[in-house]
Amino acid sequence: MNFAVLQFPGSNCDQDCVHVLKNVLGQSAKLVWHKDTSLGEVDAVLVPGGFSYGDYLRTGSIARFSPVMQAVQQFAANGGHVLGICNGFQILCEAGLLPGALVRNRSLQFRCEQVYLKTVTKNSPFTNQVADGKLMRVPIAHGEGCYFADEETLAKMNANGQVLWQYCDVNGNLTDDANPNGSLQNIAGVCNEAKNVAGLMPHPERASEAILGGDDGKAIFESLIHALQNKGAAKAA
Amino acid sequence: MSDPAITPELVKKHNLTPEEFARAVDILGREPNYTELGIFSVMWSEHCSYKNTRPVLKGFPTKSPKILVGAGEENAGVIDIGDGLAIAFKIESHNHPSAVEPFQGAATGVGGIIRDIFTMGARPVCALNSLRFGELKSAEVRHLFSGVVEGIAHYGNCFGIPTVGGEVYFDDCYAGNPLVNAFCLGVLRHEQIARGAAKGIGNPVFYVGPATGRDGLAGAAFASQDLTDESSEQQRGAVQVGDPFMEKLVMEAVLELLATDAVTGIQDMGAAGLTCSTCETAARAGTGIEIELDKVPQRAPGMSSYEIMLSESQERMLVIVKKGREAEVQRIFDKWDLPWSEVGAVTDTGRMVVRHHGVVVADIPASKLTDDAPLYHRESKEPAYLQVVRAFTIDQIPTLSNPTENLKSLLSWPSIASKNWVYRQYDHMVRDGSVVCPGSDAAVVRIKGDSLPMLPADSTKNNDAVPEKFIAMSVDCNATYVYLDPYEGGKIAVAEAARNLACSGATPLGSTDNLNFGNPHNPELFYQLKESVRGVAEGCTVFNAPVTGGNVSLYNQNPQGAVDPTPTVAMVGLIEKAEHITTQWFKDEGDAIILLGDLVDAGDQLQGLGGSAYLKVVHGMKTGTPPKCDLQKEKQVHEAILALIYSGDVKSAHDCSEGGLAVAVAESCISGYPARNTPRLIGASLDLSAFDKARLDAILFGEAQGRIVLSVAQVNAVKVVERAKLLGVSATIIGSVGGTDLTIKAGGQDLKWALSEMHDGWWNSIARAMK
Repeated sequence: MNFAVLQFPGSNCDQDCVHVLKNVLGQSAKLVWHKDTSLGEVDAVLVPGGFSYGDYLRTGSIARFSPVMQAVQQFAANGGHVLGICNGFQILCEAGLLPGALVRNRSLQFRCEQVYLKTVTKNSPFTNQVADGKLMRVPIAHGEGCYFADEETLAKMNANGQVLWQYCDVNGNLTDDANPNGSLQNIAGVCNEAKNVAGLMPHPERASEAILGGDDGKAIFESLIHALQNKGAAKAA
Repeated sequence: MSDPAITPELVKKHNLTPEEFARAVDILGREPNYTELGIFSVMWSEHCSYKNTRPVLKGFPTKSPKILVGAGEENAGVIDIGDGLAIAFKIESHNHPSAVEPFQGAATGVGGIIRDIFTMGARPVCALNSLRFGELKSAEVRHLFSGVVEGIAHYGNCFGIPTVGGEVYFDDCYAGNPLVNAFCLGVLRHEQIARGAAKGIGNPVFYVGPATGRDGLAGAAFASQDLTDESSEQQRGAVQVGDPFMEKLVMEAVLELLATDAVTGIQDMGAAGLTCSTCETAARAGTGIEIELDKVPQRAPGMSSYEIMLSESQERMLVIVKKGREAEVQRIFDKWDLPWSEVGAVTDTGRMVVRHHGVVVADIPASKLTDDAPLYHRESKEPAYLQVVRAFTIDQIPTLSNPTENLKSLLSWPSIASKNWVYRQYDHMVRDGSVVCPGSDAAVVRIKGDSLPMLPADSTKNNDAVPEKFIAMSVDCNATYVYLDPYEGGKIAVAEAARNLACSGATPLGSTDNLNFGNPHNPELFYQLKESVRGVAEGCTVFNAPVTGGNVSLYNQNPQGAVDPTPTVAMVGLIEKAEHITTQWFKDEGDAIILLGDLVDAGDQLQGLGGSAYLKVVHGMKTGTPPKCDLQKEKQVHEAILALIYSGDVKSAHDCSEGGLAVAVAESCISGYPARNTPRLIGASLDLSAFDKARLDAILFGEAQGRIVLSVAQVNAVKVVERAKLLGVSATIIGSVGGTDLTIKAGGQDLKWALSEMHDGWWNSIARAMK
């Protein structure tokens, strides 16, 4: 599959995403500069983590206006698959491609640590390859990852199966202690109603190799690749 | 506005002695004007010239076949790591700025050291820091501590560099004088080493980065004076303001630029800003340089030439470009939306000439500024307090009354306690290379293809696979030891760093040191400096870890006194194979626990308790001659643990340092941390009853050097012990891993600690103190 990894000034995890896609998963991946107005021929878009535009004003709020994001809007509107990680998740929320918003961690401090994630539904292009009942151990690294949405939106998202991942303890319980940032309902990641756009605060690209302490996060990329292959097959048939 | 007249008072205000001023007059053949006075002042500050320490620094070993760029040559040293790859690394202090404005002071310290690394043409891949504060009971100290940590986190996280390790100590001597030493390491190919030399007569000189403002005026000079009670008010303007986002753009642009081969020289504007970068690049190349200040981007209107030349505004670079290649350079700066300006040219005059509004405002022979700086052989005298320290005997230590409580107190003492409150605020995993994260003896980082700076687009090497390599690093200094015995303490700082590397499976490549001391005019303080540097130098020689550069920070004192002498040593090593990477926590129930080295040093009348954490925490004493460090013996221990690791038998290895054997074993039981709020606790039972000749406090908490606690599968235990003995190192099976408690049989007592209780104090004490 061909992946576009967006590169904003201040993107920090762009190379990490390319590394995992290419060297771990054997996919083709290219960096797309924020000033580009076209994504080229790609099967999916990754919006990586970092501090796009320095995160001045508000995280992700400037990046949404970049030329490349106009192309991503179009790509997503046409059913293209987009995954935002950390700052990428914040950008997708700011851009209105995902519901809700990410605000300052309740601790008011940046947090970098491993957390456990429960996959809420396998019925999405981003979760279909996660083993049944498997808790994923994936690191977080953010200062503004507290997920917020109004009650009505949350109810709708739950009804539609749009909450994809939640922070949990080692036994899968959604406790306050397991919630690293104060997110509502321990939400770590969500998708849009059409399920072609998703975002999460944890970094699956940092949890895709045993040498870095575990490869649970790989299942998210594998799910996406699987979904893209099916889509390709459906198109061919 | 006209410049002030040059009076003796003004000279004094610039920290220049009458002799130094006379020297400047001699060099110029006339009196310096105001701008020139400022230039001499910053260039001849200790920070830039090492005028008080150069004779002492000569003792450092600086050579090895692996060194590609040595100490003092450039912004940072560069060492060969094989296969055409190299690493650049350095440590630098930002103590004074952090004392008056902790957040920005620490943040810009990180920014400065990162710039030193990419100026060498290397891609910065990880950072460490070494921090020292007063005791956390003080609100002012807590303010400094949280500000410094947030500042480091802000800069490093936003820039996108993982902060993978470090050390933090708390002692009253640092109450008004926090120490903030930041380390950065970068990776490059041999042929990518960039030089800070203004080569090629007629080549244009570019300025790139944000506009020059009045922030950080003469910071280098500020860093070279004692702090006073008024410092925080008066000197806040000398602290720079950092913008990590800008630095990230500058770094990417610079690396892209260096790949074009259009650059002949490059230097960051760090201490002494535009002044230092212009005269140093010219001096290195034996050329001259002429710049026009009207072309320098300026943040404030009406800045004087003095202010522009001495500003330490951050994230600025000076780039010397091959004539005719200007357009390429401009294209790259524009791509990254960076402010830039062509400000001057390289000349053949050997002079640094500065014009402002068409008038020459400075005209100084460049090499005289850098090479003819004053040099002082300071007087040194053994401090009187050392007599008292040496007279201290073991009988003056009350007998151990409550070992169970004492171990818990040690584990929750902030200097020993887990630093998770600190490192959880640092992104320590970005760049996908952090193999061993903070919380083990040494950090280990993987080097892979994207760790390297880019190559020219047409390079044939673009498709070559980059062999994976692992770099281990640790930064260490027990300053209490250095205070109590500067020479032994210096050796121990190096020995501990090397031991931490060995425990993680690494062989030393080189080191960088940060010498933090008090006022060098005080002979007793200078003695501390001289003697501890002698110890550090000897250690670096024995462990084959030559010094590739570093930083000297003097005047770390306020009216309450000087800091403990703190020669921080950061050592970097190479791990050949992934399977050799070793961590400190116990792995499996039933494994045997082995002690490498002697339980107690028979030659030490204080049995390892002099200067120990136990004495300080339990008895409130900071005295006694610290443990001796036999470097040859220590080296044998490191070679032995490496040989054992290579044989594949070692499951965990942890060095014994502050708190002795009991703390080391306890940490191996409680420091595994797979995920948030999910520590991996694993018990241990030790039987130390065979060691009945030493005191129980010494057995448990003595800090004899050259000791490592390791665990191996029970079936391999005897083999490992025999092997260690063959390697000339004493080794003893002292217990086994398992259960939910730590139990120790020693001195006729059966001691027991619940793991959860030990863990709670160790893990949470800093967070609780900060609430």
